[in-house]
Amino acid sequence: MNFVRFWAVFACRNREFLRDRSSLTWNLLFPISLIAGFAFAFSGPGLDLYKVGVLGDTSGWHGSNFFNTRYVRFIPVTDLATALTKIERHQLDMLFDPTGRRYWINDESPKGYVLERMLRGADAGSTFGKQTVSGRIIRYVDWVMPGVLAMNMMFSCLFGVGYVIVRYRKNGMLKRLKATPLRPLEFLSAQIASRLLLILVSTALVFVGTDRVIGFPMFGSYLDLFVVFAIGAISLISFGLLVAARTTSEELAAGLLNVLSWPMTFLSGVWFSLEGVHPFLQKAAQLAPLTHIIDAARSIMLDGAGLMDVSGHLLALAAMSVGAMAIGVWLFRWE
Amino acid sequence: MLALLEARHLVKHFRGTKAVDGLDLSIPTGCCFGLLGPNGAGKTTTVEMLEGIQQPTSGIIRYRGEPLGSRFREDIGIMFQATALQDYITGRENLRMFGSFYRRTLPLAELIDACALGEFLDRDTRKLSGGQRQRLLLAIALINDPELIFLDEPTTGLDPQARRNFWELVHRIKARGKTLLLTTHYMEEAYQLCDEIAIMDHGRIIAQGTPRELLAAHFDDVVLQLPQTDFPDPPLPPSLTVMHCRDTVEIFTRDVNAAIKELISHDISLARLQIRPRTLEDLFLELTGRELRT
Repeated sequence: MNFVRFWAVFACRNREFLRDRSSLTWNLLFPISLIAGFAFAFSGPGLDLYKVGVLGDTSGWHGSNFFNTRYVRFIPVTDLATALTKIERHQLDMLFDPTGRRYWINDESPKGYVLERMLRGADAGSTFGKQTVSGRIIRYVDWVMPGVLAMNMMFSCLFGVGYVIVRYRKNGMLKRLKATPLRPLEFLSAQIASRLLLILVSTALVFVGTDRVIGFPMFGSYLDLFVVFAIGAISLISFGLLVAARTTSEELAAGLLNVLSWPMTFLSGVWFSLEGVHPFLQKAAQLAPLTHIIDAARSIMLDGAGLMDVSGHLLALAAMSVGAMAIGVWLFRWE
Repeated sequence: MLALLEARHLVKHFRGTKAVDGLDLSIPTGCCFGLLGPNGAGKTTTVEMLEGIQQPTSGIIRYRGEPLGSRFREDIGIMFQATALQDYITGRENLRMFGSFYRRTLPLAELIDACALGEFLDRDTRKLSGGQRQRLLLAIALINDPELIFLDEPTTGLDPQARRNFWELVHRIKARGKTLLLTTHYMEEAYQLCDEIAIMDHGRIIAQGTPRELLAAHFDDVVLQLPQTDFPDPPLPPSLTVMHCRDTVEIFTRDVNAAIKELISHDISLARLQIRPRTLEDLFLELTGRELRT
């Protein structure tokens, strides 16, 4: 290796990076925002590793050793049925009823098992009756799977459309197309359709493949799930289009796409439930298309919900798609 | 002759810089029009405005007497200096894709024959040589059988064989009565291909005419070339106009006999003397200067 040549290229690349102010700004702002976001999301006395729903009045039990356990967040709940669904879906690790002297855990949940041991250790003298979660038991992998599929779709849609269009713009491909009778709408809709087809086919393949190996529960309709993923993909592609509408720098495009994708990954409940997270972030998550895709897909797969049951999510996705696409097409420039 | 494309008082500003400064231009039907100029003269901006890629700050562009519209897009073919083609796509697939944009297209077989694409038509565009790539880009520019073809520095980076091969293709296009607008940095190319030439500098046209007219209007002399080493130490007689170009001395004269007599009288060997006429390159340098442009 010739280090003189290496150094020359290295130095030039550094200069290019430093002089591209917009990319530089994003590269600095993005990690700062991410760290600040995490700090805000998990602010409080400490990091909560476990989430326990406490049913009914908890005032008389603050003296209990169990309630003094660190790293456990106790979340008041009022409705037993809703709380049990959250246990099934791993959104709560344990449901605790101090008055009825009973608790529920999901037998498939490692966290539930650990909490059960903690409860017995903390209040050894007390007797709490373990209750079985009625209905089906959902494994963590069943719960996380729709999220992973949707997240994969998100990265493919955002980068596959947003980044690629910026690359076409930069290498002169869009300029060449501008010189033809091709209209922007034709070009953009072709990009959207192509990505939509690719992502739906690849998601279906991943779904079928993993289902054969792991075996997922499917209590709803495959057609309904397909509709959710299709509308979800359109909404994500629309956001990719919005980023690509005028951006000319590939690095800036990557920065903007990261700004969209990473907060969505954390806020949309792909890996963990947002139960107990700051209410502001729970509301902010509703602005992310990924949240609606994941919630609707989980409802269909795990609860057997129909399209009418998830119509709120579908409407939100449709509204986001129309808004982002309209602005993206309006802002779009070939060069 | 009827102007196929004309521009009047064309102006383009970029953040305080006047790239094109009141340019007038008229390209007759069937003409190969050459637009020459040093880097930064405003050529590319002018051509992109004429192509409809950029909007002029002010001025008028007319195609067949009408403002540029959808018919213009159907009627033109463009070969940009640097156009990326989609990766992993073959030449044939590119031609089909671009062909689908137009109402009227040339039969693929005719295009393959006209641009000699046969040997690499089904090859991934990433694997084409420079000459093959330019021939494919020319074929894409011709896919809609355009009336007006823009060729922006089409042979830059090609070897001499590929360049001459490309000129032959352009001659064939001209023979079909098509109108061409060519920009190039190769003066020989402009001389070989263009019926009319405009030389631009600082956003304006500073000379225009046929190559012969331009040379006749600006020069009435020829150039005697001798190696620098054939000259004795004492300087040349001041009666001769002399320019030193690296290891060659160029003497500009209207009267070749008198100049030769003068050289002989100074005991200068004429064994390696060459006489050449003035070229477009001489004209270009005379009009635009010899200083390096950035």
